Amino acid sequence: MKGFGQYMIFLGSLVVRRESFKTYYRLVMEESVLIGVKSIGLVALVATFIGAVTTVQTAYNLVSPLIPRYMIANVVREMTVLELAPTIMAIIYAGKVGSSMAGGLGTMRITEQIDALEVMGINSASYLVLPKIVASLLMYPLLVIVAGACALFGGYLVATISGMVTPTDYAYGLRFYFDSYAITFALIKSFVFAFLISSISSFKGYFTQGGALEVGIATTAAVTASIIAVLLSDYLLAQLLYVR
Amino acid sequence: MIKIKNISKSFNGKAVIQEISGEFDKGKTNLIIGSSGTGKSVLLKCIVGLITPNEGNVFYDLRNFTEADKELKSEIRREIGMLFQGGALFDSKNVEHNVMFPLDILTKMHPDEKLDRVNFCLQRVGLENVNKKMPSEISGGMKKRVGIARAIVNNPNYLFCDEPNSGLDPQTSILIDDLIGEITHEFDITTIVVTHDMNSVMGIGEKILFLYKGRKLWEGSNTDIVHSGLSELDDFVFSNKVMQGLKGKPQ
Ligand SMILES: Nc1ncnc2c1ncn2[C@@H]1O[C@H](COP(=O)(O)OP(=O)(O)OP(=O)(O)O)[C@@H](O)[C@H]1O
Ligand SMILES: [Mg+2]
Repeated sequence: MKGFGQYMIFLGSLVVRRESFKTYYRLVMEESVLIGVKSIGLVALVATFIGAVTTVQTAYNLVSPLIPRYMIANVVREMTVLELAPTIMAIIYAGKVGSSMAGGLGTMRITEQIDALEVMGINSASYLVLPKIVASLLMYPLLVIVAGACALFGGYLVATISGMVTPTDYAYGLRFYFDSYAITFALIKSFVFAFLISSISSFKGYFTQGGALEVGIATTAAVTASIIAVLLSDYLLAQLLYVR
Repeated sequence: MIKIKNISKSFNGKAVIQEISGEFDKGKTNLIIGSSGTGKSVLLKCIVGLITPNEGNVFYDLRNFTEADKELKSEIRREIGMLFQGGALFDSKNVEHNVMFPLDILTKMHPDEKLDRVNFCLQRVGLENVNKKMPSEISGGMKKRVGIARAIVNNPNYLFCDEPNSGLDPQTSILIDDLIGEITHEFDITTIVVTHDMNSVMGIGEKILFLYKGRKLWEGSNTDIVHSGLSELDDFVFSNKVMQGLKGKPQ
């Protein structure tokens, strides 16, 4: 609970005593490029495989002659767009981007780089962390969109190559009873996850104390805490927003 | 001139420094010495405002820094340069951008003007043709020099150095010490150096404050440190073999 209070104070400190808009703009762009370039390959790869595996699994289990084959694509769509793309990607994002945020800030803390910023009169929390959070809010939803598309494409590939579903049926299944609210929901989730992962990881890294060992501990703690927060909020958001 | 008055700081109820007062003169290298864990770094951090003392005040040329409002604080901060123990260079920036950073943040200088100033400072600390190197590509001694260049780039009135020569070989240590001394005299800066190295004390200690278990025990210069008559100070001063040779000599 004390940690939660500190986290709230930390979030508050991000928005006071800021630098110029120009400075932030440049930092946000730098971070965005870093985050986007660093994650897109892995995200695309993982999403494609998740889509493929989901398709194969669904096809295995939907063997009743009463269920049309296009329902496979339909199930794949429902699962990946709403759940797998935003949530599984969040776990990957926490491992890849969150850990590097925590590690980077932790190293800056123990090598006194953060003190050096403070001596110059810069609000180091805001200068270092705000751009990371804003860049995450910009990039993570885009990554989720890419992930969703890759997953559906991965499913399409295995479905058609193996002959489980014809391309026409797959396309029909994807569009069958499509509710665009799923996309809205997925994007709301991705904004929430992006904020949680970037802020929690930064928080853990920023308050590192000690040496290299503690940076490693902070990094692990950042990933663990981010994933727990993501899963909890996933559940809460499902309760709040899943209205049909 | 920097004046400190009755500075005390405790962490979790444990007093680290207690009621330290003193004056650090302009144009001189002022040293804070003492053995490990006596609170030298904490005192220095209290002076630059990285740690808020529980009690006491810090004055920068009669301006009360501890109780200053936001404007005055940032005005004073603009006049401060600090060299950290490990250099504290920003890993993601090359040498040139590290040194330029305070100018980017604190001034509205033209880019060409900034580059000239950066090159002047790098030259002053004896570094050339390293502008584009990353901090990970240069040696510890070079990092310290870049750190000094960054500390002096915005023409500070106050220069702080935490253990400027820890982890360096004796020769490089002397070079760094001399550099700090020269810069202090050349630009008439109030310099405070934290050290536990007796070579630095004898080399550049124009004014020395000796801390012992969180309290100020002695104040003086490197000429009278060897005959202070204080056993705690003697233990510190003559812990070194070369210095022990000095002890026996008649004064
Ligand atoms: N942020 C902190 N929280 C709790 N205790 C601290 C903190 N910073 C310093 N201390 C304690 O204050 C005491 C003095 O530390 P300080 O770093 O000032 O020593 P020092 O004189 O600089 O030693 P050294 O020569 O080894 O650098 C130590 O016992 C240290 O554990
Ligand atoms: Mg120290």
